[in-house]
Amino acid sequence: MNEAGRAAAIDAARALADAMTDQRLRIVASLIRTTGDWDLAEDAVSDAAEKALQSWPRDGIPDNPAAWLTATARRKAIDVLRRAQVERGKLADLAAYEEVMEMDTDLSPMDDDRLRLIFTCCHPALPLEARVALTLKVVSGLSTEAIGRSFLTSEATMGQRLLRAKNKIAHAGIPYRVPSDDVLPERIDGVLAVVYLVFTEGYASAARSLADEAIRLGRLLVALMPSSDEARALLALMLLQHSRRDAREVDGERITLEHQDRSRWHRREIDEALTLMRRRSTERGPYAIQADIAAVHASAGSADETDWPAIVASYDELSQIVDSPIVALNRAIAVGMSDGALAGLAALESAAEDPRLSDHHLVAAARGDLLSRAGLPDEALIAIEQAVQLAPTEQERRQLEQRAAELRQP
Amino acid sequence: MKYMLLVVVDPDASNEPADPAVDDIEDWVTKNDTAGKRQMGNRLHPPETATTIRRRGGELLVTDGPFTESREWIAGFDILECEDLDEAIAIAAAHPMSAGGTLELRPFWPDET
Repeated sequence: MNEAGRAAAIDAARALADAMTDQRLRIVASLIRTTGDWDLAEDAVSDAAEKALQSWPRDGIPDNPAAWLTATARRKAIDVLRRAQVERGKLADLAAYEEVMEMDTDLSPMDDDRLRLIFTCCHPALPLEARVALTLKVVSGLSTEAIGRSFLTSEATMGQRLLRAKNKIAHAGIPYRVPSDDVLPERIDGVLAVVYLVFTEGYASAARSLADEAIRLGRLLVALMPSSDEARALLALMLLQHSRRDAREVDGERITLEHQDRSRWHRREIDEALTLMRRRSTERGPYAIQADIAAVHASAGSADETDWPAIVASYDELSQIVDSPIVALNRAIAVGMSDGALAGLAALESAAEDPRLSDHHLVAAARGDLLSRAGLPDEALIAIEQAVQLAPTEQERRQLEQRAAELRQP
Repeated sequence: MKYMLLVVVDPDASNEPADPAVDDIEDWVTKNDTAGKRQMGNRLHPPETATTIRRRGGELLVTDGPFTESREWIAGFDILECEDLDEAIAIAAAHPMSAGGTLELRPFWPDET
């Protein structure tokens, strides 16, 4: 390939990537609606992308790459349907075929199709892990292999999971539409839960790309459902947590919020989140409250300068709507910062009565920190040593050991 | 789409208080029959009345009792004709046994045409 040819190939690849970012989901979503065939829809788009890589460097990039991709994918889908019809001599696919023929050629927003697709991928009749996999595969366009890698399973296992999910959609009659108003709020909650699960998976593992993907999904939901306060709150929450990514881990060690170098927090993401949160709703859900807590941290110069009473108030509000012992634990830590170590200890002991927290290393660690701040280093050491025993990971054990060592040599 | 709605007695749920929102089975039947959503359905006698039939190695085995040892048992069924799973879920959610037991929806294989 000569110099000009190579340049043309690079330009074509870039134009294709741009057009796919914008258009892939629209094409897949509308082809699933018109054909009812998920694999056909995904294959038709891959096929169009392949054709673009062949013809664009040679014939030039079309004036409207997105329209070119849509038309090419549709033509492919029609070819496949027509061939299936001839082979089987059946008319079953004719209706689908006619619908594809009538599909809009213009690029009018087909937002409804994208939303239909998202709600179907996140339908509660599918197992949670399948909802996550299907969303990443069909909505985000990740490869089966990449999704498998992120969730530490093989490509084959992930492929099976996706196949079973698609089969259930077809056989159980899971509809391809935006749910009716009476169930819409809980279905939206279900979609947000899938996106947040993708995010926390990226947060917990080294698969940082999953966190980026979750934020991309969050942006899409905000664009498609501008009236959903919780969708906006979830995006803000993820941006705030993600803004700390470079301060959270130093040399492989997790750094707690208190000790993070706040100059390494990404201001642009914090600002974006705070802008999203400016439009406040009267009735706040769990994401809005958690975003509020994260925003208080993001606005403080250090742990000491943090508005802890505001954080305690938010945890109080959160514990009204979420039954989580971890929320009660975090509230106790915030009370310790707001009202002093003794008040924090009292709150911690009442939170620790929850059987779900029995023998939890985080309770022992929090107890150690509060006792130390209350001026009781011997008692603090006992609690931290207990936390070392209970710690589930090597990394946490190492950090707690270090904390114990500090207490031994005052 | 056709669904079988299995009405399951679940000992864990039998002490749940009735949910006043969904406590009238007569209403449920009338409403869904009128709407053409419920094609048929009935209650079944309890599992003590069950007879299990198996043919193994050319021999017919007829035994007393249900085919599976389980604390849950099927107390009845309804056959629903619905647009899709969401409609079937909405109908099942209005059945009194959604509060006092467990309901299972199973799609029929489509008719071969």
